[in-house]
Amino acid sequence: MFELLGIPPQALFGQLLLGLINGSFYALLSLGLAVIFGLLNIINFSHGAQYMMGAFVAWMLLTYGGINYWWALLIVPLVVGASGVVIERLMISRLYHLDHLYGLLLTFGLALIIQGLFRNQYGVSGLPYSIPTELAGGTNLGFMFLPNYRGWVIVASVVVCFATWFAIEKTRLGAYLRAATENPTLVGAFGINVPRMITLTYGFGVALAALAGVLAAPIYSVNPNMGADLIIVVFAVVVIGGMGSILGAILTGFGLGIVEGLTRVIYPEGSSVVIFVIMAIVLLVKPAGLFGRTQ
Amino acid sequence: MNFKTLILATATSLLLAGTAMAQTSVKIGVLNDRSGVYADLSGEGSVIAARMAVEDFDAAGKGITVEIISADHQNKPDVASTIARTWYDQDGVDLIVDVPTSSAAFAVNEVTREKNKIFMNSGAGSADLTGAQCSPNTVHWTYDTWALAHGTGSAMVAEGNTKWFFITADYAFGQALEKDTTAVVEAAGGEVLGAVRHPFPGTDFSSYLLQAQASGAQVIGLANAGGDTVNTIKQAAEFGITQAGQALAGLLIFITDINALGLETAQGLVLTESFYWDLNDETRAWSERFAAQHGGAKPTMVHAGVYASVLHYLKAVESTGGKETEALMAAMKATPTSDPLFGEGTIREDGRKIHDMYLFQVKSPAESTGPWDYYNLLATIPAAEAFRPLADGGCAFVSN
Repeated sequence: MFELLGIPPQALFGQLLLGLINGSFYALLSLGLAVIFGLLNIINFSHGAQYMMGAFVAWMLLTYGGINYWWALLIVPLVVGASGVVIERLMISRLYHLDHLYGLLLTFGLALIIQGLFRNQYGVSGLPYSIPTELAGGTNLGFMFLPNYRGWVIVASVVVCFATWFAIEKTRLGAYLRAATENPTLVGAFGINVPRMITLTYGFGVALAALAGVLAAPIYSVNPNMGADLIIVVFAVVVIGGMGSILGAILTGFGLGIVEGLTRVIYPEGSSVVIFVIMAIVLLVKPAGLFGRTQ
Repeated sequence: MNFKTLILATATSLLLAGTAMAQTSVKIGVLNDRSGVYADLSGEGSVIAARMAVEDFDAAGKGITVEIISADHQNKPDVASTIARTWYDQDGVDLIVDVPTSSAAFAVNEVTREKNKIFMNSGAGSADLTGAQCSPNTVHWTYDTWALAHGTGSAMVAEGNTKWFFITADYAFGQALEKDTTAVVEAAGGEVLGAVRHPFPGTDFSSYLLQAQASGAQVIGLANAGGDTVNTIKQAAEFGITQAGQALAGLLIFITDINALGLETAQGLVLTESFYWDLNDETRAWSERFAAQHGGAKPTMVHAGVYASVLHYLKAVESTGGKETEALMAAMKATPTSDPLFGEGTIREDGRKIHDMYLFQVKSPAESTGPWDYYNLLATIPAAEAFRPLADGGCAFVSN
């Protein structure tokens, strides 16, 4: 039997698939970040905390309200997205005329506050959230046992990513959005409410993070630190893909998930740094990122 | 201790002796993780436990004034040693308790020895605290890596699970646990087929689990802790690892981890602990009082260890009538320990607290009758066998 990189092909396919699953989360989260940065020019550091809120709200709906996973997929992005709208109206909207750095500091502070509140209320050990019964169990693919739920995560992520890309790049609404970021005064002159559009865009980016949180809740324990652990990696993904590039965020999200998965087999100790090594190389060779436009 | 400090310490204690008879005041510092991964298993609960020990001892009634302070060491050794130093030098702290995370505990161990104060550890795991790095100023109370490896490891091998694979957190604690357990497995005629070392902390363990599955091992030993262990177990269930016939051995699992996992996922796990709230009437009564002050959460073995160690310390303060370190340490080691949580025990010459350990199996959801009803007792590991023999530790000041 042939071996690739010293790994039997069966194990290799298994690891590729696992990498794709992690890549789904990277893609969803970096997509939200890219949408917010691309259209609002805000580096949303509270994205990880909003992802964590997504998982927690799903848990709360189930625990206090008996509302199941499927409803949570719908309700949670709306609820958390609405909190994003409030944050944008009350705080972020006051920063647009200032340097990037202010937005970054504000959202970073918000992330710390949100995490602190959840930590005080629910502790750090995490809370259980079961896989919905419809998706329990798994399928034997021959080379690996694929839990049905993880298969579902890949499908859901690909669909959401494609839909978002399509909405922004190919529809009239997306065209307005892109135009509004280039020249808000001109677009406003056509009778389009630009501030409201910006607010809803931020809300949408936050809703994407919350959706990723709901998808993650059954796999990882619902934990106040879950976003903080992930956000740095996701930022690296966005930087590699090119800040603000929607397609770049999606493709590098999936791609880096796979690279990380392979590193776990070849050299496990290096799996936590491989993405940053790639980031360093990309920044040296192509400072705007793989899919970024040089300004 | 050098000659000058000895003279100084003796002079000071002589000067204070007159007043100490009537009124001794001690200051206890609870140093642990207040916000990170170990905040639930130690954290505020340890402060509550220390306070309960002071009340139950009736310190005020016995003329001993006790003040308890606490701080967050963030699981960082440098932060831990800075706080310990400030506490001893400026705040007049006499005793530091808890200190989870082995690296932080080693730092406090050193500062305490240097300042000639007392350190009673409950939260850290490394057996080196009473071995290679033992100190005449330190008592290691609750558990250690040797006890965990022998408890869970021996029990699993005895059941015929002889082929092992380890998933290990890649830092001092995980490596020590893997090493200790490997020794147990091999000594019992078992075999270690392989190990994978993951960065700490991790989130996704499915790659490692697939490798463990492919190894053909009967047991997957989890040489990690806290959130890492929780996620590994959760994902093992997802990938059908246990259903396919491989057993998981959680080498360090706290009851708060089981609470986070939920019984659906955690059922059947075998684990070693030195304390469980539902052991007997006394532990139940104490744990109920604890839970009432701690938002309903039952105590972990770390909380229990803080309570018992503070209680034993206060008894020594009462019997020696002062707080001179050598006298207190001698009294604590000479007097058998007795408390409602660990029962009767002793503190060995090297500072190791000796008591029974217990092997538990996590209940299925059907067996559990309510919140925090999680364990079935499989076996009691008698005190004499639970901890590393004195002679094997390599502690420098142990006479033999």
